[in-house]
Amino acid sequence: MEETKFTPQSWPNHPEQATAEGKNKFVGIWIFICSDIVLFASVFATYLSLRNKGPAGMEFTTQSLFELPLAFVMTMLLLTSSLTSVYAMYHMKNYNIKGVITWMSITVLLGLGFLGLEIYEFYHYVHIGFGYTQSAFSSAFFTLVGTHGLHVIIGLVWITALIVRNAKRGLNLYNAPKFYAASIYWHFIDVVWVFIFTVVYLMGVLG
Amino acid sequence: MGHHTEVQAKSKAQYEYDRHHNAVHMRKQVINFAIMIFLTFLAFAVVVAGFSPMFIKPFILLLAGIQVVLQLYSFMHMDDKNGHHIGVISTYVWSGAMIIFPVFLAFVTVVWW
Repeated sequence: MEETKFTPQSWPNHPEQATAEGKNKFVGIWIFICSDIVLFASVFATYLSLRNKGPAGMEFTTQSLFELPLAFVMTMLLLTSSLTSVYAMYHMKNYNIKGVITWMSITVLLGLGFLGLEIYEFYHYVHIGFGYTQSAFSSAFFTLVGTHGLHVIIGLVWITALIVRNAKRGLNLYNAPKFYAASIYWHFIDVVWVFIFTVVYLMGVLG
Repeated sequence: MGHHTEVQAKSKAQYEYDRHHNAVHMRKQVINFAIMIFLTFLAFAVVVAGFSPMFIKPFILLLAGIQVVLQLYSFMHMDDKNGHHIGVISTYVWSGAMIIFPVFLAFVTVVWW
């Protein structure tokens, strides 16, 4: 296949939706996100029903367990990584592959920081005896926050793969929709986290 | 091919207009980000300040709702009227939310109460 060579002047305004494939990817990622919302709604509902419930001894409660400073730092990292991927999409519209790669890399670094803190948090809980099988509360908690963490891992692998594959290739109408879909997915991860820090951590501290 | 398109060079004026438009749009995104940071601060602050939980709980849920709508419409481009099938997507997202809400309510009130 002959590759179309673009210049900033010939690069379309909506490179992510300039082709039939790009349009399909755009609708496709949204359909996926809608189904993912249903998944998260059920794990959220499960958590809300089972939080602070046994049957094991109830020495652990949301109030004794959660630390707000950690949740706050994690929130800031993830929220900022959402903005950096917006910057990546801004540079994509301006046909600037360097900008896309740089900002996507910063997004990955911030995501890694978030993930590191989450692993630390989980390790700490397990260490003090709040393991997955400790109580209905602990399984519901790890399932909810862990499902989100799994999404973060998948997002990091996805975006890293896009960076590695396309850093030297440059932007074209084949990879622009791929970057765009990954950035929409990354925002969705942040959307879910907004509810997690509100419902799990903030409302957990209130008891 | 699925990724074929007609290549058309823009005029200089059109090109500069589009660049400027992108930059203005990016500034709006940064403002949206500042609002999100502020809402997050506010949510943590009211909890730390120790107001009555009767006030805090609905208040921080409201803040979360505002922040999510901001994310959906600015960062995730649901405000982009030219998006492919954006009407279908909006309908899907909002009707999905309306369907899942009673399911959610049933979970937390009936199934495991």
